[in-house]
Amino acid sequence: MLTPDLWQPIRLTLELAGLTTVLLLIIGTPIAWWLARSTSLLKEVVATVVALPLVLPPTVLGFYLLIILGPDGLGGMFGGLVGVRTFAFTFEGLVFGSVLYSMPFVVQPIRNSFEAIGNRPLEVAATLRASPLNRFITVALPMAKPGFLTGAVLGFAHTVGEFGVILMIGGNIPGKTKVLSVAIYDFVETLQWQKAHILSAGMLVFAFLVILSVSLLARRSGQRTF
Amino acid sequence: MYSTQPTIDVILKGQLGAFQLNINFQTPMQGVTALFGPSGCGKTSVLRSIAGLQRIPGVIKVGDALWQDSANFLPPHKRPIGYVFQEASLFQHMSVRKNLNYGLKRAKLPQLSIQFDEVVELLGLSRLVDRHPEHLSGGERQRVSIGRALLSQPRLLLMDEPLSALDRMAKDEILPYFEALHSQLDIPIIFVSHDITEVERLADYLVTLKEGQVISTGPLNQALTDPDLPFGRHRDSAAVLPATVLRKEEDGIAILDVLGTEILVIGPTLEVGQKVRVRIAAHDVSLTKEHPGHSSILNLLPVRIVGIEPVGTAEVNVRLALVQQNGFDFIARISKRSLNALHLQTGETVIAQIKGVSFLTTK
Repeated sequence: MLTPDLWQPIRLTLELAGLTTVLLLIIGTPIAWWLARSTSLLKEVVATVVALPLVLPPTVLGFYLLIILGPDGLGGMFGGLVGVRTFAFTFEGLVFGSVLYSMPFVVQPIRNSFEAIGNRPLEVAATLRASPLNRFITVALPMAKPGFLTGAVLGFAHTVGEFGVILMIGGNIPGKTKVLSVAIYDFVETLQWQKAHILSAGMLVFAFLVILSVSLLARRSGQRTF
Repeated sequence: MYSTQPTIDVILKGQLGAFQLNINFQTPMQGVTALFGPSGCGKTSVLRSIAGLQRIPGVIKVGDALWQDSANFLPPHKRPIGYVFQEASLFQHMSVRKNLNYGLKRAKLPQLSIQFDEVVELLGLSRLVDRHPEHLSGGERQRVSIGRALLSQPRLLLMDEPLSALDRMAKDEILPYFEALHSQLDIPIIFVSHDITEVERLADYLVTLKEGQVISTGPLNQALTDPDLPFGRHRDSAAVLPATVLRKEEDGIAILDVLGTEILVIGPTLEVGQKVRVRIAAHDVSLTKEHPGHSSILNLLPVRIVGIEPVGTAEVNVRLALVQQNGFDFIARISKRSLNALHLQTGETVIAQIKGVSFLTTK
């Protein structure tokens, strides 16, 4: 039943979402930690920038990303170093865009979890001779586990569901940038309703499972994420 | 007396919320020092500053180690302290054993002076080590947190109202462990308290704070009987002195040695050699000019009147010192009428009849 034109976008989507999630956990953790702990006024500005994709139309984000990734932007500049003219319409470009686009969905739950820990456990660890880095690794990270799980699930799911940004910066190149959501659009446009049905129903089940699992995670850890 | 022994020196000067903190005290680096004062007097901030959890300008010296002055600030994880918070604050993501080992693993000492098994024994934790913090009672959790602090091999143990979050029963359950700590481990302890009964029971040395200032520093009984401090004027004020059980008699009377004087108490549960504290409540002391002969009162002591201060409108505190016995000071709370009827004067020698001497111990 899963012909290559169905299977390829699914695989590409999973690759994109997986890679994006891993990158976001790496980049998002220090940002979330800083947002949770800092008292500086600058943190409100950073928090706002991180949250922008929640409010902006994906086309706006996509438009600016196109300019940044394109030959005249940073993409062209850094692309020149590795012999690439542009990062627009590439898988790497999609990863870059997805990281920005899904960032609030990863940073926010992790930040909430860090904030929920409070100061006390870290003070306790300090009085037990743990250095600041050691406190972070042995106390903050394990205690914030529910936030990391929720952030990872939401970041992954949100990247899977991405459409507007992809269309703007990725186009529709099979095996390179043609992800699930674009494929569905494509099948509908070309009146291949049955294939659209298969992918859409799959997405529906996936979305249901994601939200359910996040709710169950929140319930288990006693924290609210929605 | 303390000048040749190592001391803990704390000087702190800074704005703390609404009031000015201006702290300067020295306390011996042995035994138990209580930082006593009403809520909001700054005592917790002082303790946190000693730990390095808070930074208020000043000087903190522990023995010959300088932890803070105008140019230096040793971060908390480099100070050899143990800190027991008001709430046990166990790491919820670790078992009791892992909690206990957290500080032990990080104690950078070639040789451990406090062993895991020793702490488990001392604090009665053997049943608890393989459990998870969320399945412990409040008292059990606090015992684990004390054990965790001890196993980090501290040179100084700091405790911030470690009993106040516990109910009466949990307090009674945990107090014996505190007393064991005191008598079995040679670690100086500074603890914060606003509860005078805790202080009477545990402290050797008392630093009294009021609105960010130190109003007294000295041995416990000296503060309790000081006319310039509020303790003596309380309804249930008392003198508290260290004692050792000398003998026990058939009828349940125990003879205690209190600073060289024999005091009789009803103490069928006491054991010879046991160290206890005796508490002489001011209301239980009456005065007479002549020896009453036969009396039901067990303890009749010759005393000199050191001072007389009014308490309220109808009563006075008569401060007493045992004749030829340095340090045995206590107070008799009597009515003004009796004072006048007996014509009591400062400097006079009378007989103190102590109706009840209670001893503070739980074992």
